Amino acid sequence: MTPSNDIALAAELLAVDPHRLGGVWLHGASGPVRDRVGLELGAAQDHPMLRLPAHITEDRLLGGLALAETLNAGRAVVQQGLLAEADGGILWVPMAERLEPQTVQPLCAALDRGQTALERDGLSRSYASRFGVIALDEAVGEEARAPDELRDRLAFWIDLADADRGTLIELKKAALAEGPEPVRRDPAQQQRIAASRERLRTVEVDTRALAALCEAAGALGVESLRAMTLAGRAAQVHAALRGSDEVEDADVLVAARLVLGPRATRIPVPEEAENEMPPEAPPSPAEDEAPPADGEGESDSSRSQPSEPLQDRVVEAAESGIPSGLLDRLRSGRSHARSARFTGRARGAHKASSEKGRPAGVRAARPGRDVRLNVVETLRAAAPWQRLRRGTNRVQVRPEDFRVTRYRDREQTCVVFVVDASGSAAMQRLGEAKGAVERVLGDCYARRDQVALIAFRRDGAELVVPPTRSLTRARRCLSGLVGGGTTPLASGLDAARRLAEDLRRKGRTPIVVLMTDGRANVTRDGDKDPARAATDARDSAKALAGLGTPTLFLDTAPRPRPRAQALALEMNATYLPLPYLNAAALSQTVFSIAKQAS
Amino acid sequence: MTPFPFTAIVGQEELKLALEIAVVDRSIGGVLAFGDRGTGKSTAIRALARLLPPMRVVDGCAYHCDPATDCEMCSENDRARNDVEVPVPVVDLPLGATEDRVVGALDLEAALTRGERRFSPGLLASAHRGFLYIDEVNLLPDHLVDLLLDVAASGQNVVEREGVSVRHPARFVLIGSGNPEEGELRPQLLDRFGLSLEVRTPVDTATRVEVVKRRLEYDRDPDAFVDRFAHEEKTLMRRLSDARARLSEVAVSDGIVERASLLCQALDTDGLRGELTLIRAGRAAASLDGCREVTDRDLARVAPLALRHRLRRSPLDEVGSGVRIDKAIADVLSM
Repeated sequence: MTPSNDIALAAELLAVDPHRLGGVWLHGASGPVRDRVGLELGAAQDHPMLRLPAHITEDRLLGGLALAETLNAGRAVVQQGLLAEADGGILWVPMAERLEPQTVQPLCAALDRGQTALERDGLSRSYASRFGVIALDEAVGEEARAPDELRDRLAFWIDLADADRGTLIELKKAALAEGPEPVRRDPAQQQRIAASRERLRTVEVDTRALAALCEAAGALGVESLRAMTLAGRAAQVHAALRGSDEVEDADVLVAARLVLGPRATRIPVPEEAENEMPPEAPPSPAEDEAPPADGEGESDSSRSQPSEPLQDRVVEAAESGIPSGLLDRLRSGRSHARSARFTGRARGAHKASSEKGRPAGVRAARPGRDVRLNVVETLRAAAPWQRLRRGTNRVQVRPEDFRVTRYRDREQTCVVFVVDASGSAAMQRLGEAKGAVERVLGDCYARRDQVALIAFRRDGAELVVPPTRSLTRARRCLSGLVGGGTTPLASGLDAARRLAEDLRRKGRTPIVVLMTDGRANVTRDGDKDPARAATDARDSAKALAGLGTPTLFLDTAPRPRPRAQALALEMNATYLPLPYLNAAALSQTVFSIAKQAS
Repeated sequence: MTPFPFTAIVGQEELKLALEIAVVDRSIGGVLAFGDRGTGKSTAIRALARLLPPMRVVDGCAYHCDPATDCEMCSENDRARNDVEVPVPVVDLPLGATEDRVVGALDLEAALTRGERRFSPGLLASAHRGFLYIDEVNLLPDHLVDLLLDVAASGQNVVEREGVSVRHPARFVLIGSGNPEEGELRPQLLDRFGLSLEVRTPVDTATRVEVVKRRLEYDRDPDAFVDRFAHEEKTLMRRLSDARARLSEVAVSDGIVERASLLCQALDTDGLRGELTLIRAGRAAASLDGCREVTDRDLARVAPLALRHRLRRSPLDEVGSGVRIDKAIADVLSM
């Protein structure tokens, strides 16, 4: 079966039970091909398809007071939110990679519970919101993907960027033929879907099938229990579509291919290697009992299958579901680092937007250029006076009632560590500096600031810890840091400048803390030429200074040398020789610089 | 829809124990469950609601006051008071909640239609004498966190807004869950939780299969599934209410107090809060087991729950706090 057929299959499965399958994560550049695939996936006949814009406000998402109606009627009128309106349908989420946490969380809660709680504007309600999501993700390259917590809840992952050429040609042809018309299912198909929905309540799935799916998930490095549950559900729905009351091997294979394959984080261990690992080979006692137990009720079809055990066939099926691009990455062993960085970035970016200013209560004030009126609070302020003001039926609002939302607008600081990780000596010094880094990290944590860490060594600089507020993440990223090799100082400084620029664009205040002895021996192009390397480093230092970002130069050399001081001067940095510095003093210095900066 | 039964949750023993302790001794200070996605943290917490024995309240009181200790609001009302039995509230605080709904605010409806200045109680009022659950507690806006801290510490909610001035009791057990990778919890809030634990995805296939299997069975027919566990649920419910009744009779020897103190010293935890929580949790655990005396084994069992989040931890510490606690338990309690 070709992947484009799989898209049609996923669409049909989703049409049967959109809510329990969660939906689809569809990754690919916006355009006719992607839209065509999206429309096909969302073609869920009788359901409405609603659009959830990435920057939806909470009152539209969750519901709240309907202002015009409330003012007209003189009593509270409730307006439903999008999550309630989407009940029984499909939610179309363009630019899912840009969703803000306050949108993602209710969306995920609705997917989990089929309900949306509204606790706003003095209203307290709960609405049914059972729907499927089509999350369109347009992230390119290393950009942020749609949030993991959302993707985890969607059964099908379709990555057009990873599709092979044949599939793409087919999809393009379909886009040409069909255009942007909504997909209509023929009545026979609709009937089949409706019948499957009915049958779904009675479809049995046995332990053997689930064990095969869980094992396959393990083999592919898919650790999420939700993914396994979604695969089980997909198998059930597929059985229902076939008109069967029992999940059979064919259903399990489809579920593995559609749900587990695209989530693979590693290629299953080949058989020879597996034999070398005895603990994996013998099935656990619980599984041993399973086959005879369901043997009686089992239909003959699964018994008469080829001798190859179900487990192996499921793993194979799942493997065939790994899109070719992902397969290449997994084979070349790049997947781990890349996916880790993907998720890191994803969170970084998606945290960022929410922290430009957090609502922090309301106050009485006139709305102005930068101050938006909080209508509900204004109304509440006006409400007690309505009798005195003796209006008609309409509510009278006077300027003294105006309320605006208060934002905590302290700009968020991000401390960017740039660390020399080259050579064993540098790493040893890094070890000495660890106390300092820890202290600053701890203080950042308390202040709700972010940290990032760039390490440079060998042929370049690497963003080891993407901007984060999570200590857990920072800790994990750091533990994977291996040092050694030459010292590309210029690359490190360039990377710091790029990150600082990026942070600025996101409205945050970067502070660069450079930890090096100022020695460079590799040029920007990777040539081992100490003289040119030093020149490059000076140029990069000047460029960094041009940004005007507060910078701290920590000289990690056992005996501070003028070389480092000169470089610090070049980049307009505060120079501190590390040996004379204790952790607390360092942290204080960093934050006093931060204070000056903001 | 009927929630997934507590007793049908596969594994996650530590999470279950922590929640059971919080039910038996409400003064424990709440539970924080952090961990992997999709491990059923929310499911367990929401399932708790069905296990709580009903409580007696003053009929019609918005704060479901205990008839024995009526609140200001009730005593102001001079109409005849009736007692009724109601389920213990387990209130969800969704992330999008606005401040007015959390603390309560002027009743807009009454004000607009009748010109009455009336207070409409918020979620803190609803949670009084019950549980307040915050999913993704680490993503809660700071101003709400501040507010919660204040109320959780004082047991009272003081509202001064839009001309309403109300003070009402709000004593609740705070339960939070979240995924640390999406953002860490503020240290101030972390410390307020009595017990904390980390939830991990089970690694063995048999457990995973059982989790998925039960989930699918529940999907298909929630009511039938819940019925299957009715007996277990009833047994646990009885165990919880027995443990609660027994709690005050469970003896805490001087030796236990001393060893709890030594354990905290060995781990260099902040303040006395940890010590008291450790002893309380040990007592609740003993009571849950039907014992009338706290033993070293009880302390060892609850020490990770009570102390894990109180260790002075350096951010880069690779050694998990669990390892340090295990070592301290081995040293102090010789276990």
